[in-house]
Amino acid sequence: MTDTNKQDTVKDSLFEERRKHLVRLSDEELYTYFWELAEKIVDPLVEAGKIYTTPAIERSVLLRMGFSSLEAQAIVNGVMEHNLIPHGAGNVVWRLSDKLGLSVRDAGLALTEGKYWEDAVILFEEVAS
Amino acid sequence: MNKYPEKCCSDNTLNQLVGNVVPARETKIALSPDERLDIRKILDGLENYHSPRRPWHWREESNEPRKIGDFTYYETSKPLEQSVPLPGSRGFGFIDPQPDCVITTEIASGRFEDDVRRMRMAAWHGADHIMVIRTAGQSHIDSLLEGTTQGIGGIPVTRKQCRATRRALDLIEDEVGRPINFHSYVSGVAGPDIAVMFVEEGVSGVHQDPQYNVLYRNINMLRSYVDACESKAIIAYGGQLQIDGAHNANATAMEAWKVMPELMVQHAINTIFSVKCGIKPENIALSSVPPTAPPAPCMRLDLPYAVALRDFFRDYKIRAQQNTKYMESETREATVTHTLNMVISRLTSADIQSTITPDEGRNVPWHYFNVNACNTARQSLAGLDGVRQMLEVKRDGPLGERVREIKESAVLFMEEIIETGGYYSAVEQGFFVDSAEYPERRGDGIARQVDGGIGNDSLYLRANDYFAPVCVHFGNNNIPPQFECASEAIGGDTFQDPSKIQFIDELDENDNVNVRIEEKRKYYDHPNLIRPEVEFLADGVIVLTMMLACDKRHAEVAALAIGEKMALADCEVIHSQVMHPSEGTYIEMKGKVGFDIDLEKLELPEIIETLSEKEIRADIHARPMTIVAATVGEDEHSVGLKEIIDIKHGGIEGFGIKYHYLGTSCPIDKLVDSAIETHADAILISTIISHNNIHYDNMQKLANTCIEKGVRDQLILIAGGTQVVHETAVESGMDAGFGRGSSGIDVASFLVNKRREMQGE
Repeated sequence: MTDTNKQDTVKDSLFEERRKHLVRLSDEELYTYFWELAEKIVDPLVEAGKIYTTPAIERSVLLRMGFSSLEAQAIVNGVMEHNLIPHGAGNVVWRLSDKLGLSVRDAGLALTEGKYWEDAVILFEEVAS
Repeated sequence: MNKYPEKCCSDNTLNQLVGNVVPARETKIALSPDERLDIRKILDGLENYHSPRRPWHWREESNEPRKIGDFTYYETSKPLEQSVPLPGSRGFGFIDPQPDCVITTEIASGRFEDDVRRMRMAAWHGADHIMVIRTAGQSHIDSLLEGTTQGIGGIPVTRKQCRATRRALDLIEDEVGRPINFHSYVSGVAGPDIAVMFVEEGVSGVHQDPQYNVLYRNINMLRSYVDACESKAIIAYGGQLQIDGAHNANATAMEAWKVMPELMVQHAINTIFSVKCGIKPENIALSSVPPTAPPAPCMRLDLPYAVALRDFFRDYKIRAQQNTKYMESETREATVTHTLNMVISRLTSADIQSTITPDEGRNVPWHYFNVNACNTARQSLAGLDGVRQMLEVKRDGPLGERVREIKESAVLFMEEIIETGGYYSAVEQGFFVDSAEYPERRGDGIARQVDGGIGNDSLYLRANDYFAPVCVHFGNNNIPPQFECASEAIGGDTFQDPSKIQFIDELDENDNVNVRIEEKRKYYDHPNLIRPEVEFLADGVIVLTMMLACDKRHAEVAALAIGEKMALADCEVIHSQVMHPSEGTYIEMKGKVGFDIDLEKLELPEIIETLSEKEIRADIHARPMTIVAATVGEDEHSVGLKEIIDIKHGGIEGFGIKYHYLGTSCPIDKLVDSAIETHADAILISTIISHNNIHYDNMQKLANTCIEKGVRDQLILIAGGTQVVHETAVESGMDAGFGRGSSGIDVASFLVNKRREMQGE
């Protein structure tokens, strides 16, 4: 007698049928197979992480560049409005500071005040061309 | 050019680039065991406080035999410098063996300023992993929160709250003498933001599991996994310990014991995903819960699962969580389940032993239940120390068969995920948190759509010139060739130069810690004013326990009426339990008192200074002393009195005092006659039974008998027992009374002093 006998008949037959190819595996082989399958499942998820970015990732970059959460959010919102997010929000601030001869922080703060967005857009058109 | 976290800058390169700017630890404030922690000192200058980056800390010097008191322990770690030992330690010289594993406590009353005081209490009871629960709503906020607004059932986790808490923990760990891991959650749609803030603010442990976002917070799965890559890369850099969220499937599934194969799959997905994002295996912990609880035969059901898990995840850490799925409002029952869970921890392994407060089934946890839960862990783990030298899990037989079955089921589950088109398809089809035991399915799993949920449509393909000028970043990052490290472009990021961190104080002028402190100012300014509390300073809450001789339905209402008559406000029955359908109901009820007690106006019983051991011995050596002792009345207790007189228990015999022990249930006459015959200096009576104040009656009888026989002036009369109060004993004709917690030296010292007094010295 088992503990969950209500469903056991269904479960046992299903399980016995499905497990046939696993029976021959040693514990160590089963272990290796388990982790191979796990890798197969997550590999596409990891690949997506390499090629995509998100508003949260971009905000996290700006936080590390010395902006507050409020400033980072304002900059990322502007970056998305101007379709610049594929280049990276931090990149936008850094390149703008370089071009205007401002500190990174001053360039970012100016963006939060709505300044220099046209310059930023042109900057990346130039880069792209 | 693609650079991945492990290939990006090492700390050494960074320090050369921007200088080593790790700030020094605070020296201005120190805690004193005699004073409450004053949150105002913690908040003062907080904007300039930086705790250094805090990688996870495991307990030190574990797994080596250690002599503590009279015993050798095999599963302990370096002792604390200051702690409150378990109550039972009194019989063992107040030893406080600290288990080898880290002990977690979860704290979040809603007010961090009160939580830090509770953290201090928990640390004194052996907690070194303080987990701050955050408000559930925070998951859906697409930004960091700021300020110190109050939460319900958790707190808004913000930079200011983290920094203040870490600053308090920096002081607390110095006080107890062991580093404390501070922990919270990197989840929701602002995961990477929070991960950054946690590294900057010295958080050492995090929950990070994109599956949690998807299944329980309905956050878009693409967004959740892409964000998690960045979060995990940051966690890897921080050296933080990551705990997954698989145990939530256990808490959510209708029949938790059936979800075991899926739990293995959820653990595997987050684990291997984390490894691929750069987290070292030794910093990845599985949040594992024994899936069921009594009255189910939980040990037999849960042990194979625990073994299977540790087999497959042998390269990773196990955080043994307590089962909460079947927790009701009875704290005793929750404690027993917790204890059984720890038997599994000790029979298998646990790197972190979690504790859940036994009151979690009735309310947001209170101060002393955090302490109780830590003590349950400390007590059970000490009690089970080294048991594996004598017991081992028997793998051949039903356990081994079940272990294999769980493992194969987990493998089949993963095969089906791949067959169905991968993870996203599996989630869409409701593979997870189905209440049947795989491979059976009931079709009631949680299904989420790949183009649905919060944060849907927020992924952006990185352009070829994508660049993030920070030292840690996951995935494609086109670092301009003139820089060796990405963050060089900006002269170092906040991980390298904390002075760049922007601190926001408060955004809400009405809901913040300063307003709350002002409301409680009286208690902060005058620590002598006391009002009872369970979670917030002077919240006024007390608990009454009572047995009412009626059925449960009436009892619950009657209790409220009793509370009203006692002038308690906001009464609420928090636990009721049938003793018998009509004979009685046990009730625990909370209510609030509306008054303060001024400690300065209390009359405290005098503290009697004991003489030194040397002085007592010298006195007895010069003038020998004899006493007679017995337990009087119809009372068979003997342990307490023996502790007071026996040399091996540190009793008065050890100071050279001779004694005649007349046993238990000794008649008063016999005792006095014996004292006269042996020319004794004193009579010691033990009185444990105290019904109808029989213990005081016996004292009076002893005093009267001595007077009748004309020897009262020549004899010192002493009574002892757990319910004895000195003042009342004296009123009952004794020279002294010794209550709970008294020891041989207290009695010996009194005897010497009293004899000197009687002889006019």
